[in-house]
Amino acid sequence: MIGFSRVPLLAAGVFASYPGDHSILHPAGPQASNIEWLYWVIFWIVFVVYVVVVLGFMRAGARTYTSADEMLPIMKDEAGDRRASWAVGSAITITVLTLFAVLVMSEITGKKVEGETSKNPVTIQVIGHQWWWEVIYPDPQADQTVTTANEIHVPVGKRVVILTNSADVIHSFWAPSINGKRDLLPGYSSAFWLQIDQPGVYHGQCAEFCGLQHAHMGFSIVAEREDAFSQWKAQQLKPAQDPTELVTVHGRDVFLSHACVMCHTIRGTDAGSRLGPDLTHIASRQMIAAETLPNTPGALAGWIVDPQRIKPGNRMSPNPLQPDDLQALITYLQTLK
Amino acid sequence: MRNRVSIAMTILLLLSITSCKREERQLRPDPNASQTLNTVQVSGLNPGANSISSPPPAGQYEESAYAVSQGKTLYNQYNCVGCHANGGGGIGPPLMDNNWIYGSEPGNVFATIMQGRPNGMPSFRNRIPEYQAWEIAAYVRSMSGLLPKDVAPSRSDQLYVKPAEQSMPYQAPAGVTGEPEEKK
Repeated sequence: MIGFSRVPLLAAGVFASYPGDHSILHPAGPQASNIEWLYWVIFWIVFVVYVVVVLGFMRAGARTYTSADEMLPIMKDEAGDRRASWAVGSAITITVLTLFAVLVMSEITGKKVEGETSKNPVTIQVIGHQWWWEVIYPDPQADQTVTTANEIHVPVGKRVVILTNSADVIHSFWAPSINGKRDLLPGYSSAFWLQIDQPGVYHGQCAEFCGLQHAHMGFSIVAEREDAFSQWKAQQLKPAQDPTELVTVHGRDVFLSHACVMCHTIRGTDAGSRLGPDLTHIASRQMIAAETLPNTPGALAGWIVDPQRIKPGNRMSPNPLQPDDLQALITYLQTLK
Repeated sequence: MRNRVSIAMTILLLLSITSCKREERQLRPDPNASQTLNTVQVSGLNPGANSISSPPPAGQYEESAYAVSQGKTLYNQYNCVGCHANGGGGIGPPLMDNNWIYGSEPGNVFATIMQGRPNGMPSFRNRIPEYQAWEIAAYVRSMSGLLPKDVAPSRSDQLYVKPAEQSMPYQAPAGVTGEPEEKK
C-alpha cells in the first residue's frame, strides 16, 4: 500500500496541504494505514475517471463541426443509436459497480479499523469540554488514577482503548495520522482503540463544531517507548511538589487565595475543583490552553491575566493580579513538573 | 400599483435589518471595572442617607440573557447548589421565595456573595471575579421572578422539579432592607 502511494507525489503534494504529521497521508499506525489505503484506492478511481472525462472532452472538442448556417438533413443512424445506448448502459453499469466496490472496501476498512481486540490494552478516558480535553488514565485503585489535560501519552506499539464522553456538547476526537474521527457525546460513553507504531508527537483537533473556540481545541498524542511511558505515568501519579523557596510558597498562596482555586486542581494542595484542567503537573506539558499557546512563562502570564483576549468566550475569567503576585504564581506553576 | 408594492417591499426589507442587532455578550469585562464592594449597602440600618448605592448598569447583567445564563451555570459550578439547592434551600436559606434576609437588590446579593454572612455563607471575595458575582446575583434574583421574562433562563440542563426561572411568578420582596413584610 505504501508502494503505490509513492508514485503520485505531485498529487499528494497538492492534496496533503498539512505539513508534518497532521495528515492522513502520513499514517503512524495500522488503522491510519488502512484508512490511507482506502484513500488511495478512491483517489486512483477518481483519477482514472477524471482522465477519461478530460480525454472525452478533448476528443469532442477536436472533431470538425459543421457551421450553424448549414442545415443538416435529418437522417436515421440505427447503428449509431445502438452504439450510443450501449455506451450509456455500460457507463451506468461501471459506475454502479465501482460505487458498490468502494462501499464494500470502505466497509472492510471500517471492520479492519474497528475489529481488533487486545487482552491487555492501555485504557484512557477522554472527556471533551468547551474547549479542552480532560484525559484520565483510570485504575481500579483510585489513587493510581492519573488525570491530565490535552496531552495524551501512549506507549508505542500497544493497543490503546479510548473511552469517550463529553461534559457539555458534542465534540469529535480526530488525530489524522492515527485514526478516523470519533464523536464524543454528552452522557454517552463509547470506546474505540488506536495504536501507534512510530514514536513521536501527533496532533489532533476537535472535528465537530462545538462553540466559539472550536478552532482552538487541539490536543497532542505523545507516543513513546514503554519505559518512558511508565516513567511519565509514575511522575504524573505523584502529588504536586511542595514549594520550598519563598517566591514559590507565595505563588502557591496566590493560587489558593484567588480565582484559580475555584476551578483547578493541584493535587497535594487544597485546590480540588474539577471545572478546569488539572494543573498538578502543568510544567510537564508542552502547550497550554488546548494547544493554543506554548508553555512558556510569558504565554502563561498572558493567558492567566487575560484569557478572554486569546480565546474569547472560553470559561476562564480574566485575573487582574498584582505584578509580583503574578510573577510568583508563574514561578510556582513552572515548578510543577 | 407595481411601483407601490416594490416600495413597500423595500421598506419592509430595510426594516428587517433592525432585527440584526444582537444582544451584546460581554466576553471580556474590563478587569478594573468595578470597585463597588465597599460602597454596597448591606442593611437599612446606617447613618446618614438611607440609600443603596447603584450597581453596574442593569443592561450589563440584569438585562442580559447571556449574563444570567452564565450566572446559572456558575451557580452550579461554584456549588451554590450545595447549600441553597436549586432555589429551594437546604443548609442555606431558599432563594426562590420572597424572603430576603439581607436585601433583594442586586447590590445586596452581590455583597452577600462577596462578604459572606453569619451561620455558614462563605465569603467569595477574591475567589470569584466581581463580574461573575454580579452574574450570579442576577441569576439569584431571577429565581423569584424579579428579572424580565425575556432575560430569565427558559430551561434547565437537568431535570428540575420547579419550573424554569422564566416561568417563576413575580414575588414582591420582603425582608430587612426590602419592602416591609406584609402582615395579614
